Amino acid sequence: MNILVLMKVVPDVVEELEVGSDGKSLDTSFLRTIINERDDHALEQALLLKDKHGGKVTLLTLDAPDIDDVLFTALAKGADRAVKICGVESVQSTQTAVRLFGDVIAKTEGLLPVDLILTGVSAIDDLDGLMAAPIAQQLGWPYSGVVTQVTLADKTATVVKEFAGGVRGEYEVPTPAVLGIQAAEKPPRYVPVAKVRAAMKSQTIETVDAPAVEAAAMVEVQQMAKPQVTGHAEMLEGSPEEVAEKICELLAKRGLL
Amino acid sequence: MSTATASADNDNGVMTLENLAKFPEGQKVFSCMQCGTCAATCPYGDDLVFPPRAIITMLEAGLIEEVFTNPGLLNCVTCYACMAKCPRGIKLTEVLLPLVKEQVFTHLKEVPAELQKALENTMRYGNPMGESPRKRALWVKSSPVPVPVISEIKRAVDVLWFVECYPSYHPRGNDNNIATAKLFKALGIDFAILGNEEKCAGECARLLGETGLFEMLTDSNMKLLRKYKFNRIVTGGAHAYDAFKHKYPAAGFDFEAHHTTPFFAQHLAQLKPKLTKKLDYTVTYHDACALGRHNGFYEEPRALLQAIPGVKLVEMTHSGVNSICCGGGGGGMWLDTYYAAKGCERLSERRVKEALDTGANVLAVSCPYEISRFEDALKVQGAEKRMVVRDVVELLAEALEG
Repeated sequence: MNILVLMKVVPDVVEELEVGSDGKSLDTSFLRTIINERDDHALEQALLLKDKHGGKVTLLTLDAPDIDDVLFTALAKGADRAVKICGVESVQSTQTAVRLFGDVIAKTEGLLPVDLILTGVSAIDDLDGLMAAPIAQQLGWPYSGVVTQVTLADKTATVVKEFAGGVRGEYEVPTPAVLGIQAAEKPPRYVPVAKVRAAMKSQTIETVDAPAVEAAAMVEVQQMAKPQVTGHAEMLEGSPEEVAEKICELLAKRGLL
Repeated sequence: MSTATASADNDNGVMTLENLAKFPEGQKVFSCMQCGTCAATCPYGDDLVFPPRAIITMLEAGLIEEVFTNPGLLNCVTCYACMAKCPRGIKLTEVLLPLVKEQVFTHLKEVPAELQKALENTMRYGNPMGESPRKRALWVKSSPVPVPVISEIKRAVDVLWFVECYPSYHPRGNDNNIATAKLFKALGIDFAILGNEEKCAGECARLLGETGLFEMLTDSNMKLLRKYKFNRIVTGGAHAYDAFKHKYPAAGFDFEAHHTTPFFAQHLAQLKPKLTKKLDYTVTYHDACALGRHNGFYEEPRALLQAIPGVKLVEMTHSGVNSICCGGGGGGMWLDTYYAAKGCERLSERRVKEALDTGANVLAVSCPYEISRFEDALKVQGAEKRMVVRDVVELLAEALEG
């Protein structure tokens, strides 16, 4: 069983985000990127499947600052091969990322054939989940998203999808297939720094040049803005009796009593 | 990997479990007479599965792998109690346990979630709480005493103050910082902080067994410290002090390092006339493991507390070398959920029960972990109205304002 995992970086929201001068994109001057959390779950799911069935896990990602640390960490966790697409800006629109991944998967030797392509079902900059499905479409493979569990048998993957309201559905998908991972069966594993450093010494990251792709504008960002502050909470202080009095006053004043 | 001060013929002088006997301190491990004092004095002695005595037996029997694959040692809070009590003088917490814990950590099938998050945060953001490194010095804005950042004032200072993570980000840690700044000012000390460039000193990662992370943080902090000119380093972090004193020298750290409590005790003659406000408190002092058992600072905090007018100092049943760990060392800070799931008593709760028994209304501490640990433990005991937790520096600063 061979698995290809697609990973990309997203803005790290631990840092304050600012809207850029164009009013349509993030100010990148202080922006720090982090691996998309759900892509990290896709990697974990791939490693869990490898633990169970053997085979190889290959990572494909877009170049970004600190991406080598991410890839060496993944190699230290048990991935077999890491490839990064170079010559691109670190934060890509999902549409461009899809084109880049699609083109590189098709043209780079040895990336295919695989039994599964796993990637995060969504990212904080792509809540609609526009990555996995278009890749599946380009390859002509079946797609299943919001996946929280994967069981592999001959030419079939049985996946559990998560729905709203605590409902789950089990589906069979013929492989090869593209799966959008919502969460791995276990939280992503920890790998000690010493093992990451050992991977840095013993393994290499392959690079491929970014192909020239045109990102057809499926969606265009018109405006990006911070949420407007429209109200605030007021803490009522005092003894329970005083607070009760204040509540009564407020309700009366607003015509609710 | 842990390095030893002693030199060996080969192995690049690096001590491992295999070449332990080549080092005088390592050789001493095999002088163990199996008395079991270590297991008896360990606050989690019942939960370790392999207390130090048993680790030595397994090592001698060639069965050490069994120790590596048992997560029991996650209950070791590296409190130095076993080392302080060993009648053979074996450096258990300094020599044996780090080597074994590194292997236990590497062999863990799953790292407890809370701990994993803290380690990943420390790696990425330089602090275990996952706060923005760009906000590390944000607390300075709330300080009534100006706190200069060394990269901004662009000159040499007398004291470089290494603030550390909990004081930088935890609201109660901020209180501690403001008190420290007031004391520096009262003593006329020329000081500055590293600001947002500072990263966790990493001692808890090392004591947990995540030595690679400790080395990463050591490298980063050493590069930073070499950029600036100062006479000495003062830190409120008991674990940071411990690392600077015992482990950073292997990475070239040759600065004079102090912890705030003994540092202010050194300045007591100057400070005492300024402590004019009477504090009508009955105080009991909790000896932090890294300051007390590991570095022998038992008298200094008590001398400071007794210099405060009105303070009545009372002792807990276990104090000084017998002090019971708050449970936060060696990664314990992020294992409370894990210990609770195992059915272990939280050490911070065991400790506050003793503190409450003294009848004191203030529990004085000198390690940044202890404030939140003991405040939480007091709430769990429903005793937060009977006792407050204050760092020694907070009490000193309060007494300044007479």
